[in-house]
Amino acid sequence: MRTPFTLRFLAAMPRSGWIAMGLFAAITLVLMPALHLFVPESHPLHVSNYVITLGGKIMCYAIVAVAMDLVWGYGGILSLGHGVFFALGGYAFGMYLMREIGTDGSYQSHLPDFMVFLDWKELPWYWAGSDSFLLTLLLVLAVPSLVAYVFGYFAFRSRIKGVYFAIITQALTFAAMLLFFRNETGFGGNNGFTDFKRILGYDITSPEMRATLFALSALVLMLTLLVGRYLVISKFGRILAAIRDAESRVMFIGYNPLHYKLLIWTVSAMLCGIAGALYVPQVGIINPGEMSPANSIEIAIWVAVGGRGTLIGPVIGAGLVNAFKSYFTVAFPEYWLFFLGALFVGVTLWLPEGVVGLWKRIKARGKA
Amino acid sequence: MNSKPVSVEAENQGGEGSAQVVGHVLQPGVDISHKVILYLEDISVSFDGFKALNNLNMTIDAGELRCIIGPNGAGKTTMMDVITGKTRPDSGTCFFGQTLDLTRMTEPEIAHAGIGRKFQKPTIFENHTVFENLELAMKTDKRVWASLFAWLDREGRDKIADTLKLIRLDQEADRQAGLLSHGQKQWLEIGMLLMQEPQLLLLDEPVAGMTDDETERTAELFKSLAGKHSLVVVEHDMAFIEQLGGKVTVLHEGSVLAEGSLAKVQADQRVIEVYLGR
Ligand SMILES: Nc1ncnc2c1ncn2[C@@H]1O[C@H](COP(=O)(O)OP(=O)(O)O)[C@@H](O)[C@H]1O
Ligand SMILES: [Mg+2]
Repeated sequence: MRTPFTLRFLAAMPRSGWIAMGLFAAITLVLMPALHLFVPESHPLHVSNYVITLGGKIMCYAIVAVAMDLVWGYGGILSLGHGVFFALGGYAFGMYLMREIGTDGSYQSHLPDFMVFLDWKELPWYWAGSDSFLLTLLLVLAVPSLVAYVFGYFAFRSRIKGVYFAIITQALTFAAMLLFFRNETGFGGNNGFTDFKRILGYDITSPEMRATLFALSALVLMLTLLVGRYLVISKFGRILAAIRDAESRVMFIGYNPLHYKLLIWTVSAMLCGIAGALYVPQVGIINPGEMSPANSIEIAIWVAVGGRGTLIGPVIGAGLVNAFKSYFTVAFPEYWLFFLGALFVGVTLWLPEGVVGLWKRIKARGKA
Repeated sequence: MNSKPVSVEAENQGGEGSAQVVGHVLQPGVDISHKVILYLEDISVSFDGFKALNNLNMTIDAGELRCIIGPNGAGKTTMMDVITGKTRPDSGTCFFGQTLDLTRMTEPEIAHAGIGRKFQKPTIFENHTVFENLELAMKTDKRVWASLFAWLDREGRDKIADTLKLIRLDQEADRQAGLLSHGQKQWLEIGMLLMQEPQLLLLDEPVAGMTDDETERTAELFKSLAGKHSLVVVEHDMAFIEQLGGKVTVLHEGSVLAEGSLAKVQADQRVIEVYLGR
């Protein structure tokens, strides 16, 4: 007898998980946007621009963290280059945002400002179609996953693993950063894209737009968690974990690890791309700095802090580290990287299973 | 002497490039029309100039239970590595039945063609439950897409339950496999092998670390499998080999030193010198 797919899906999470998800949905899809839009600014319950933007930004990071956990926590593949997929999604959507500026830029040209500045007379061929919203959505999905697929195919086929894999992913994001730094590449050089005006004709700074982007980020985060949950409890997920633990055994019982790694790797990159596309209109800028090696390492730290292999852990990790970061970088901007390094060492030494692991231990002790 | 394998290139066997055929449910199946399931001919493997296998020749009949003995470093494990695609031989041919050239297939392709292997050091999935270990090994469509939507049916559950009973782990089904005793892990790995329903089973020191009672039961199990399956068992335990009662091959420095019944081999002067006498 075959269980219907929807039933299987419902069984994927315990009841408490669904309740938590429902609460999260109520808060992020209804409550927060309503408090932002309909409560006057003078009122203490008003949710400010700052909060709604920070929240949306952190949820984008959380999507990246979950995507990272799928490959690292469940697949045992440590990537230190996930920032590149995030940035590619961001750039893909950024191109559309640049085109939406129209002739409202400083040079009043139909070309993006940086192209006028470089004295370019027309759009490069790869900007064709960037004014179409639908085509842009397609690019957001296709570009990061295609890059990941090709890169992953060669890396996994050559059976590159562990530290070696981590190092070449660092090289990948570094190389991409250098490429995007060049003005000739056609993506705005080191300034990247900024000064966005509109999405689909609507003002990008309006409260309605902010609330919409915030709610969309929450929605994508929830979908990411659901898809992730299905993946890891399916037979696919058990095989993935088996590859992580004893790859040769998996091969000798007849599975080809290449295809399994490639699928989770590509899905993960695609999720990062979507997160990047949601992130860019909320923060209002994308530049090659997003591809810096340190950025990708930070993603791994969110996951380590929250707890690998738990799905909810990375969300908590991304939230905690970034909430703290937005305070810290204002109070002691020079010391952030040192702090981040110390955090990583500390978590590795004392909290190998992250915050979620700590919580489980406390709960277990409470019962004993 | 057996007839030479006809080197018919079955389709889809182009080595690395043909990884996509892995996992097909419809397999060509091994051709044992000449009553032989495995041919090893003039196989040589060297590691940094050291010859681990040196012109090794051996054939295994369909349904046979063959024991391989020999001192440590004789090349027994390396031979299994060659058969299962883990190590590519420097020279020589290795055929599964009449048509499948194992030296040109990947590990999963070989597994899917019907060769199962138990490692010298028990390798199971320690973080998965005993039940899940068997579930993952079960013969089925092993491509990604199938695994994404796979759901264990009644028949699959029954098969796993049967195997659990056979390997006497039905009480431990939901236990994490890493928590089992050494002997139980050996049994679990054997169970995983059975779930694959292979034609040829390669067992590298399967009773190491087992109690006498467990060893005896293992011998019974292997004897019951012979006939329908072909088995190649590497062991040091002479009592166990005697119990199995099959033909014995003695490996020494990467080639066959002697072959025949256990009694005949034990009486061989050279075998006594290099192995039994010590
Ligand atoms: N990957 C390897 N690299 C170098 N030497 C190896 C490797 N695998 C096996 N050997 C050597 O080949 C010889 C045969 O090893 P093995 O097949 O494991 O012997 P056995 O299983 O009969 O004890 C040993 O001397 C071993 O050290
Ligand atoms: Mg050995």
